[in-house]
Amino acid sequence: MTLTVREALLAFRRAPLLSALSVTTIAFSLFVLGLFGLVAVNLRQALRGVAERVEIVAYVLPGTQIETVTLAQQDIEAFPEVLSANFVPEDSALARARRELVEFRDLLREMERNPLPASIEVKLKPGYQDAAHVNAVAERLRGFSFVDDVRYGREWVENIDRLRGLAAAVGVVVGAAFAVVAVIIIGTTIRMAVLQRSREIAIMRLVGATDGFIRRPFLLQGALKGLLGGLVAVALSYAAYVLINRFLIASSFFTALQALAVVVFGTVIGLMGSLLSVGRHLRRV
Amino acid sequence: MIKFTSVFKTYAKGGLALKDVSFHIAKGEFAFLTGHSGAGKSTVLKLVYADEPPSSGEVRVSGYDVTSIGARDVPHLRRRLGIVFQDFRLLEDRTAEENVAFALEVTGARRSAIPARVMRVLTQVGLAAKAGAYPRELSGGEQQRVAIARALVNEPQVLLADEPTGNLDERATRGVFQLLRDINASGTAVVMATHDLELVRSAPYRVIELQDGAVVYDSAVDEAAAGGEPA
Repeated sequence: MTLTVREALLAFRRAPLLSALSVTTIAFSLFVLGLFGLVAVNLRQALRGVAERVEIVAYVLPGTQIETVTLAQQDIEAFPEVLSANFVPEDSALARARRELVEFRDLLREMERNPLPASIEVKLKPGYQDAAHVNAVAERLRGFSFVDDVRYGREWVENIDRLRGLAAAVGVVVGAAFAVVAVIIIGTTIRMAVLQRSREIAIMRLVGATDGFIRRPFLLQGALKGLLGGLVAVALSYAAYVLINRFLIASSFFTALQALAVVVFGTVIGLMGSLLSVGRHLRRV
Repeated sequence: MIKFTSVFKTYAKGGLALKDVSFHIAKGEFAFLTGHSGAGKSTVLKLVYADEPPSSGEVRVSGYDVTSIGARDVPHLRRRLGIVFQDFRLLEDRTAEENVAFALEVTGARRSAIPARVMRVLTQVGLAAKAGAYPRELSGGEQQRVAIARALVNEPQVLLADEPTGNLDERATRGVFQLLRDINASGTAVVMATHDLELVRSAPYRVIELQDGAVVYDSAVDEAAAGGEPA
């Protein structure tokens, strides 16, 4: 084992340029993947922000007993999809309208009777903010006898849905493409390292080294390169994030877990790349 | 020790490399493999160290059947052999000492025992003083000695040498050949492929001559048939 570690580290010292090149290549492949990941993360967050504003409003028939509504409100809050259900009495509705609709302030003041109905405003839990669930909840709200009408931005919800589907599809396709490119590039750099040492491998075999013995330092080296590349990629992504945040738009960075995933992904790719390259080489000679 | 029985070897592209080759080299024997380039000397050696399987016939080396040897056993067979080539095949970025130690390390030898064993073989080949030199700092003859030290360090039963003096001047050739004779004298079998007939005639060893992949002369067999003493 110590020999494996020593040989793997020696390879860095013996071929510093090629090693640095490999690490850089891996780092930039993962960096591109990381940038894309940042876009995906921020897009998802933005969509979530928009979706959070999805609200269903059930207008209550005038003259409904407040107890009836309170009871129904509790029922609605117990719906599995529902995050909160707020009862807004007529007075509050009017007060809010006066506050928010400045243009109609005078008109509203002059009215003798409050024209606005009371309502229950329902917000949905994350994960239920798509058209299907919104429709289902709206339908159930309509079932209450005291509910006059139910309103929600149907088209708006459906648009968010479409956008979300599109973002996911683009994310999967482009992400997979970047990942494949990263794997190919990394595999190639490791193949270069293997070819550079093919003479050494041939001699190792002649003096009776087992394939496992020959493979181990390469695997460790590949994993190390992937690990380093992953770390550099996260650092580069962070730098990009800081710049974007300062000069372009407010955005958010990966969570610690996502950053760790980038590094682990690099390590795994480094390991797999060397496994494939060395394996192929050993089978050939 | 090494036994070829009716061995044929054909290459996909190159046609017939060995034709019905049979011989037996005993423990501690010294045998020359001679013949022109392309006669099949290197092919015979490759079959011995299981670089390639025979197309038909049987090759047995040190208890292993090369005809049917599994990939897992090849390294273990090679640890019983020492192999030396015309082009030395040393690692350029390692010192003489490291090149020799390398052969021990890959076989999983005890680390604490390595330096002493390395120095012993380097002394045996007369290069103890140059243990720290890199191959490029050594002459051809010295590089071949390092290669021989590397081949010896695992205490092989057989030393295979493929044109070991092919790249050396006359003086270095004589030195390396004398070294191989000394190694043989201490009990290791040596199989040396060479087309240097002068060298072959200079020593009373067994000669197996190949021509177009077939054995055309084997001093052990032919002298016995002529009533002489077999080697």
